[in-house]
Amino acid sequence: MSGGARIWALHLALVAMLFAALFVLPTYHATNLARIMVLAVFAMGYNLAFGYTGLLSLGHAMFFAAGMFAMGLPVWHWGLGGGPALLLGLVAGGAMAGAVGLLALRTAGVSFMIVTLMFAQAGYLTILYFGQVTGGDEGFVVDAAARRLFGFDLSSDVPRYLAALALFAAAMAGCLWLVRSPFGRVMVAMRENEERSRMLGYDPFRVKLAALVISGVYAGAAGAAYGLLFGYVGGSFATIQYSILPMLYVLLGGAGTVLGPFLGALLMFYLIDITSGFTSAWLFFVGAALVLLILFAPKGILGTIRERGARWLP
Amino acid sequence: MLRVEGVTAGYGPITVLRDVGFEARAGEVTAIMGRNGAGKSTLLKCVMGLVPATAGTIVLDGIEVHRLPAHRVPHHGVAYVPQGRRLFGPLTVAENLSVGLYARDGGPEVRAAVLELFPRLRERLGQVSSTLSGGEQQMLAIARALCLEPKVLMLDEPTEGLQPSMIRLIQDTVLRLKDTGVATILVEQRVDAALRVADAIAFMANGRIAETARAADLTPEARQFADHVGV
Repeated sequence: MSGGARIWALHLALVAMLFAALFVLPTYHATNLARIMVLAVFAMGYNLAFGYTGLLSLGHAMFFAAGMFAMGLPVWHWGLGGGPALLLGLVAGGAMAGAVGLLALRTAGVSFMIVTLMFAQAGYLTILYFGQVTGGDEGFVVDAAARRLFGFDLSSDVPRYLAALALFAAAMAGCLWLVRSPFGRVMVAMRENEERSRMLGYDPFRVKLAALVISGVYAGAAGAAYGLLFGYVGGSFATIQYSILPMLYVLLGGAGTVLGPFLGALLMFYLIDITSGFTSAWLFFVGAALVLLILFAPKGILGTIRERGARWLP
Repeated sequence: MLRVEGVTAGYGPITVLRDVGFEARAGEVTAIMGRNGAGKSTLLKCVMGLVPATAGTIVLDGIEVHRLPAHRVPHHGVAYVPQGRRLFGPLTVAENLSVGLYARDGGPEVRAAVLELFPRLRERLGQVSSTLSGGEQQMLAIARALCLEPKVLMLDEPTEGLQPSMIRLIQDTVLRLKDTGVATILVEQRVDAALRVADAIAFMANGRIAETARAADLTPEARQFADHVGV
């Protein structure tokens, strides 16, 4: 089997397994898995910026929330349908990332991290400040009538799971295609060394801005889908926690790997789910997991596997 | 082809190049020689736009290269292979080449022509570039630069630290490039290497071009080498 065929076969096998899981898993875990798939799309977007292009952002909660509110507000206020609302969310994530990137990408490294954090905090405070429009801290429930896509009721378990799977599969295929394309290689080149990339004729600002916008589209799509599938839109999704979560997923699963964000989201979600069931100090276990990760697999699980032999992993 | 006139440049308050001028002609190799700290590498970086010229002009086929941002310079036909190879380590040979090709929308024919010059790279297309030998890394660095289809190729000590067989191979490639009409600017410390491949030699001292000569007029014992290179 050629390298490309093996790569696509692996990713298709994962999609097939996730499809089969719907018929095997109890409802509770199937719902969890739907949530994980949407969060994995968010993390995939984060990975495109951080893992592939080297942009360590602390502002992705804003892109996620932009997608979520751009989907939710027209539904809440004007009764827009689920399909167009989802599309709005996707566009909003990319537009927000573009607007932030135009300013934040004039900095680099730690400064970029701080500037993106600052923008995200401003976004969160804006949501709270305009509480009458946005629902503020309490948020709002998305009308069940709007939670329909192509005739399917997304508030039901099976259509919701399948919608999450479809989004995940599309996002993963897009990510796989992108990182294997010449532009994907340029993103990695930029991460490795901006100066060297410049010597080949690439404008670092434009390449990084493009990568950030694509990342924002992913985050916006995930935010919009999350609100639509699980029926709630709230300011809590714009807090710093939602900037850190995708970073943790990516670090755990493997930065710069296509499947790493999903693996990281899956493991981290269940680590939190299980440990929070018997202690309120679940963050202790998250911390311990990260320490172990740094000690034994600093490139994340798939990053380490790739380094130790499976070099074909994208 | 490439004319550098009266260029002054440096890093912040420190002036490294002073009133530098030379010309690189199509199909010729121009070697830049001089002691450490003479300004040879800074001169290449200045042509590339990485170190801005505070005075003077750098003109390539009528285009004022010194006015361009660094990332636009390669689009006008200048390629640069810096000292120490500088590949994108985690990418494979094929991926490194594709980054070069994508920059100028180079097609498969450009890739094939480049691999024709370096058949050894063809055997290692799927290999991660950081695992190549030093010589192979240098070949890849030059190959990636050639993917830009340059009019001017600047090589900063390309044979530094390589074994003799690899040095000869790199030199042979530089000689073959002359036939394609590329103007090569070669920073070189080794007299024998410069005399073998260069058509013209510019000797630098204290940030200036102290002297220029045709390589054919020089022998390894020539005064210029003793005066400006210290051999």
